[in-house]
Amino acid sequence: MRHASESALHVRGLSVTFGTRRGSVPAVVDVDLDVARGELVALLGESGSGKSAAARAVMGLSARNATVSADAMRLGDTDLLGLAEPQLRHLRGTRMSMVFQDALSALNPVLTIGDQIGELFREHRGMSRRQARAAAVDLLGQVGIPAPARRVGEYPHQFSGGMRQRILIAMAIALRPELVIADEPTTALDVTVQAQILELLDSLRRDLNMAVLLITHDLGVVSEVADRVMVMYAGRVVEAGSADDLLGTPAHPYTEALLRSVPQADQRGQALYAIPGSPPSPTHQPAGCPFHPRCGFVVDRCRTERPPLTVVADGRTAACHRTEEVRHAAVTG
Amino acid sequence: MPPSPGDLVLDAQDLHKSFATGRTGWHRTRVSAVDGVSLRLRAGESLGIVGESGCGKSTLARMLVGLERPDSGSITIHGRDVARTRGRDRRLLRRQVQMVFQDPYTSLDPRMSVLDLLAEPLIVHKRVDGAAARRDRVAELLSLVNLAPELMHRYPHQFSGGQRQRIGIARALALEPEVLVCDEPVSALDVSVQAQVVNLLRDLQHRMGIALVFIAHDLSVVRHVADRTAVMYLGRLAEIGDTTTVYEEPTHPYTQALLSASPVVDRSRRRLADRIMLAGDPPSPTDPPSGCRFHTRCRFRQDRCSQEQPVLRSLDGPADRLVACHFAEQTRDSAGAR
Repeated sequence: MRHASESALHVRGLSVTFGTRRGSVPAVVDVDLDVARGELVALLGESGSGKSAAARAVMGLSARNATVSADAMRLGDTDLLGLAEPQLRHLRGTRMSMVFQDALSALNPVLTIGDQIGELFREHRGMSRRQARAAAVDLLGQVGIPAPARRVGEYPHQFSGGMRQRILIAMAIALRPELVIADEPTTALDVTVQAQILELLDSLRRDLNMAVLLITHDLGVVSEVADRVMVMYAGRVVEAGSADDLLGTPAHPYTEALLRSVPQADQRGQALYAIPGSPPSPTHQPAGCPFHPRCGFVVDRCRTERPPLTVVADGRTAACHRTEEVRHAAVTG
Repeated sequence: MPPSPGDLVLDAQDLHKSFATGRTGWHRTRVSAVDGVSLRLRAGESLGIVGESGCGKSTLARMLVGLERPDSGSITIHGRDVARTRGRDRRLLRRQVQMVFQDPYTSLDPRMSVLDLLAEPLIVHKRVDGAAARRDRVAELLSLVNLAPELMHRYPHQFSGGQRQRIGIARALALEPEVLVCDEPVSALDVSVQAQVVNLLRDLQHRMGIALVFIAHDLSVVRHVADRTAVMYLGRLAEIGDTTTVYEEPTHPYTQALLSASPVVDRSRRRLADRIMLAGDPPSPTDPPSGCRFHTRCRFRQDRCSQEQPVLRSLDGPADRLVACHFAEQTRDSAGAR
């Protein structure tokens, strides 16, 4: 069983604050993350919700003006908080790795694919040039690139978008890390290619028992591949739980509204449900619950008192004063 | 005079467009972006165009609004061919067919106020005389897209993405066009505001009788908005027809693969695992396959497909739908069996 398996990532109370000329901007506030080996957890949120900032903080890749703090941050049994940069650098690639959204800018345009993948093996495994190249060919075959022995000597611009994304995934899994963080890995891709990449991620975590943290804004993607979902809004997790539960009976009005605004085949010709307003900017957060100006369930209490993230059912948490009503509404539809 | 519903407002016939991309050896290479596409648009209807990147849907859109000139083919508006002409007939195209762009962050001049942005087309086309009258018209346009008229003195950076896209739509509406071509109008917006813009476009279509050409890669949005849907593959139409028919009874093998790969928000109907796989990568548009351009990736491929280009044809049955496949009858039946 999955939930009985060992933890790959354990984060408590993660906060990321950016120092800017106009003062400090909280991007991530008090976020807990758990991903087990072999599990695919989706971090769902819109632009500015803090999902990418949280992921980068875990990887130790935050921008220079960011202040990261956490109560606990563990990769397997290694405490990430106490690590200095050289040690963290060694962990990145070997035990945790990241797949970026824009494959063209994440790859070095003047090195061949073989050199870029091989560098990982030479740096971390001490392989020779020849061994590293052979390992690279192997890996390219594993992520489904046809004729890998020939293509290993080509440059990034010679590959299509989907192939480049596969190369990034190949690099991320090269050293068999425990944790792969994929930041919008399919957003720039066409649906048929997206389906291939999602399937690849899904099979890799199953075959290699990796933990995958998938960062996305796409409910369809979440629905297809996630085991568990965490929904972020305005820098905080507003709801978390197993994908089946959460997508079936959302406990936070934001999730409920997002699900309702997805066009359904049987509602053709009707107006879509539209969430009023737009997401708050991190510099101007509303008082109380950050979602209250857009919420259909809003009561007076929401305007002044921010609801804490609390357990609402087995394995489910939500941050809403009216979560019972939301869940009831979702069921009766 | 506004056309009554059902009138033909735009008739594009056999459009071709290719772009020079440089040379390999002695040969100039050209990308064939659009290769023989014909579309008809009736007043007040919405036509969705779907297809993957590089299939020519944006080039087609740009030809329809006059931002590109077709190499050959005609675009007829009210009986006048506007594709090749200059001057007055060209202006007719600009006035009747307007475009809503994908990215509301780059398509609005940051140094112009909303008033200037919306008044510009009115001035260029000499539609409204006098500053006061123009201001009234701008206020009217803003309320049309559900923005408060008091906002007209603000600048684009003071608006959110969704509001900016509304301004882009208001600007496109300024000349009271009969056709609005929307190229990925919601894909740059936050998920939670996409529905607002989709609703607005549909509302304008119904209220003002504007015909919409709606290009998107999100198949579920097109299904929601479009009365008819066209599927493009490598510059050609693979299938076009009534949206319900195309989605529920996809017949071109490419349409079937495309629809089966699009994720749905329904855990009980997850289908990534049993989707129709496409063999290989999309072929390069500089060197498109012979015959049917889809034959290199098609699971029903036969010898004939690599030699003979299939023409769009209707199938037996009542459905208003055309398919460009030699074996459409067989593929349709196989889809039903899945």
